[in-house]
Amino acid sequence: MSKYYLFQDTRTCIGCHACEIQCKSNKNLPRGAKPCQIIQVGPKMINGLPKMSFIFMPCYHCEDPWCVSTCPTGAMQKRSSDGIVFVDKELCVGCKTCISACPWGAPQWNPETGKVEKCDYCKDRLDAGLKPACVTLCTTGCLTFGLAEDMTQTRRVRHAEASASFENSSF
Amino acid sequence: MDKEVFSLCFMCSVRCPIKVKVKDGHVDWIEGNPHVAGIDGSLCPRGSAGISMLYDDQRVQSPLIRVGERGSGNWRKASWEEAIDYVADRLKDIKDKTGAHSIALCERAQLATHVSKAFLKALGSPNYFSHDALCKGSVNTACRSLFGYTDAEVGIHYGETKHIVLYGRNIFESLAVKEVKTLMAALEKGARLTYIDPRVTVTASKAHRYWMIRPGTDLALNYALIHVILKERLYDAGFVSKWVHGVNELRDFVEHYTPEWAEKETGIPAGEIIALAREISKDRPSVIFHYGYRGASHQNEIYMRRSILMLNALMGSVEAKGGIFFKKGPGEAGGKAARKLVSQEFPKIDMPRFDKAGTKDFPLPDPNHGVAQVFPYAVLNEDPYPIKALIAYRMDPLMSIADTAQTKKALDKLDLIVTIDINYSDIAWYSDVILPESTYLERTDCIQQMNGLKPQMFLRKKAVEPRYDTLEGAIILKRIGEKLGIGHYFPYETMEDLVNWQLEGTGFTQTDFEKKGFVAYGSDQIFWDRENLPFKTPSKKIEFKSSLLENAGFESFPEYQPVKAPEDNDRFRLVVGRSAIHTHVSTQNVPYLNELESENKLWINTKKAGQLGIKNNALVEVASSCGKGRIKAFVTDFIHPEAVFMLHGFGHEAGRAKRSFNKGLSDALIQENVYDKIGGSPAYHDTFVSVKPL
Ligand code: SF4
Ligand code: SF4
Ligand code: SF4
Repeated sequence: MSKYYLFQDTRTCIGCHACEIQCKSNKNLPRGAKPCQIIQVGPKMINGLPKMSFIFMPCYHCEDPWCVSTCPTGAMQKRSSDGIVFVDKELCVGCKTCISACPWGAPQWNPETGKVEKCDYCKDRLDAGLKPACVTLCTTGCLTFGLAEDMTQTRRVRHAEASASFENSSF
Repeated sequence: MDKEVFSLCFMCSVRCPIKVKVKDGHVDWIEGNPHVAGIDGSLCPRGSAGISMLYDDQRVQSPLIRVGERGSGNWRKASWEEAIDYVADRLKDIKDKTGAHSIALCERAQLATHVSKAFLKALGSPNYFSHDALCKGSVNTACRSLFGYTDAEVGIHYGETKHIVLYGRNIFESLAVKEVKTLMAALEKGARLTYIDPRVTVTASKAHRYWMIRPGTDLALNYALIHVILKERLYDAGFVSKWVHGVNELRDFVEHYTPEWAEKETGIPAGEIIALAREISKDRPSVIFHYGYRGASHQNEIYMRRSILMLNALMGSVEAKGGIFFKKGPGEAGGKAARKLVSQEFPKIDMPRFDKAGTKDFPLPDPNHGVAQVFPYAVLNEDPYPIKALIAYRMDPLMSIADTAQTKKALDKLDLIVTIDINYSDIAWYSDVILPESTYLERTDCIQQMNGLKPQMFLRKKAVEPRYDTLEGAIILKRIGEKLGIGHYFPYETMEDLVNWQLEGTGFTQTDFEKKGFVAYGSDQIFWDRENLPFKTPSKKIEFKSSLLENAGFESFPEYQPVKAPEDNDRFRLVVGRSAIHTHVSTQNVPYLNELESENKLWINTKKAGQLGIKNNALVEVASSCGKGRIKAFVTDFIHPEAVFMLHGFGHEAGRAKRSFNKGLSDALIQENVYDKIGGSPAYHDTFVSVKPL
């Protein structure tokens, strides 16, 4: 697992796909390759209201990545400093083994170069002290990026705030 | 060389502030301007596709002159010199023969609008019209009838609202970044959202209350809400007695519009209507009934918009935090606005407008914008006089005015059609000459005056040199003007000169914009004193009983006319709208946007589809009295059985825009050109269509 975590607040996500476009634009990718994607689930009626979910699917930067261990050329790698899983284009021969291996569909095919693209948490931006493209530009600001330990904090606070009920509180 | 430029997005007309990074003369990165509160770096999907648009080689790359039949797509490349001469010669000819008024210019209003208006004024033609009436003509008229201000002078204070009611205003798919972010933040703070639409949208999925209203009946719902609010005295009595003119007349009028009556018309249970009235009044005045765009768009739209605005007035939410407010200009903060070319002296024009807006035949629509959908009628009937030329600047009458076949017929009568655009739009394709404009990333533009609670000015600044042989719109018009002997109305050589001319006397210079991309006239939000509200109506009050309407011979409170249901089982009311991915008719060919959404589909209710034998994703034929076409069906429970829905802006006919060519169906092709004869909006939802499987 990389030491980072990319948190999506699904309550404020509007499924607009700006993140997908930003990611592609930042990496200058052709039609087809989508290092991250928003998958819409629903609408479904829940307690009399129509609800939709938009699930943000980048790469999860696994601790023991299937893609890295199967890549025959060593193109797919895990960065030692922070655990980011990325593909070295120079070494990629386009054999697609990683595409078959990843359970989440993260590695993507670039039909123009005949090589694989994937979410690398925008490591060039991180190294320049910036946030990933999708996080910087998300329309509603529902994506946050940081160290995994800080992100769990965000999530807890978020959940506590959502579930606190002052009306029924004994205080 | 690397640089960073503050500018303004123009993937849609909202014009969000942006920061552009340029590397080796190429745009490398665009983000929302981080200095602007409520933007903080964000961009919507269309704004995110700015680079994809810029480097697309399917935009217009040089001036083009038609060689084949109109619409045949046979063009020859021309130099700017030649193209400008060609247009100017023909305009001169037309002006000499039939008078300047036979030249019209239509436009999707933008920063250089004062240039196009000045161009026509200098030429001596009254016939400027914009896309505005198509979008919100009746909203404009309704605002003037109640407040004496246009809709453009009214704003919505999302950030501090406690309850917002949206009538088909699909705010989380028809995106303006700041609006989305501020409203989302208010919802996170506990604001309530009520959403009313015959179709479930993303906005519906974020709502606390959603009503699948019977299409077309928003007005009935509002009359019932008003009925409950007045009967149960849920309104802001202090505000209403001080500022409302005609509340007693309204009370008498809504007497018989009970929630039970509305339930039959709208399909919304009476108890729920009463519950909303009671609930929302607890949060007044920080509540919003959203008056703008979409919602039922019918021939009596003026009254629907008025009813929404009246609900705000009853809640006292006018000029209130978390309600609606009047936009403040630089004068309110002791400053001066940028100059506009239209402030010059022009020769007087005696001819009436082609649409007669502002005359006794069509008194109420705003002549500053005109009434676009009247254009085909005016041309075809030569009423009030023959029109010979149309300059279409960034607006596409073929795809945005209902009944494309009729619009085409009208265009066929013209001697000259010129398009100024960045894209191969359908109107460009149907033109005699295309004059390609540089994109927003390749041009400096006129000053953006941003009135609001804090008046500001923004500047669009060129980030990179034009990639193709294109020019700025304000330069194109100036150059045509020079050939026509009206060059002296355009006192600039470059856009920089024009901006400097505009800024003269404001106390600001272009350098002031370099730090953050904008300048502010003051630092505090300006709300007017609610004891002294400067309404500009004759009574100086909010006129429920409207002198604007009544002096023009219209009623303030006409009886409600029941909304027709489709007559046969295969007939539906056609409803249209937007998605987050595209801007009206202009972005369907942008590579990244096209990849995400390349065609539209026809939403149809599952039960109805079952009865008609229509399968999900199968082709169907949609036909109205004026046109028909094919489109794939999207079968869903989440649309009212009386309605079918399609996204606006697909079904393009321009062959060189290859990705969007012939993909999906154009709504304008099957919408009938009918409109609100009082307020001025097209009645986009007054077309019934039949749908059959293929
Ligand atoms: S940009 Fe943000 S709001 Fe839009 S789909 Fe992506 S995560 Fe959701
Ligand atoms: S972190 Fe970077 S690479 Fe990964 S999905 Fe976001 S934009 Fe794409
Ligand atoms: S809403 Fe989107 S497309 Fe429109 S100006 Fe803003 S960022 Fe650009």
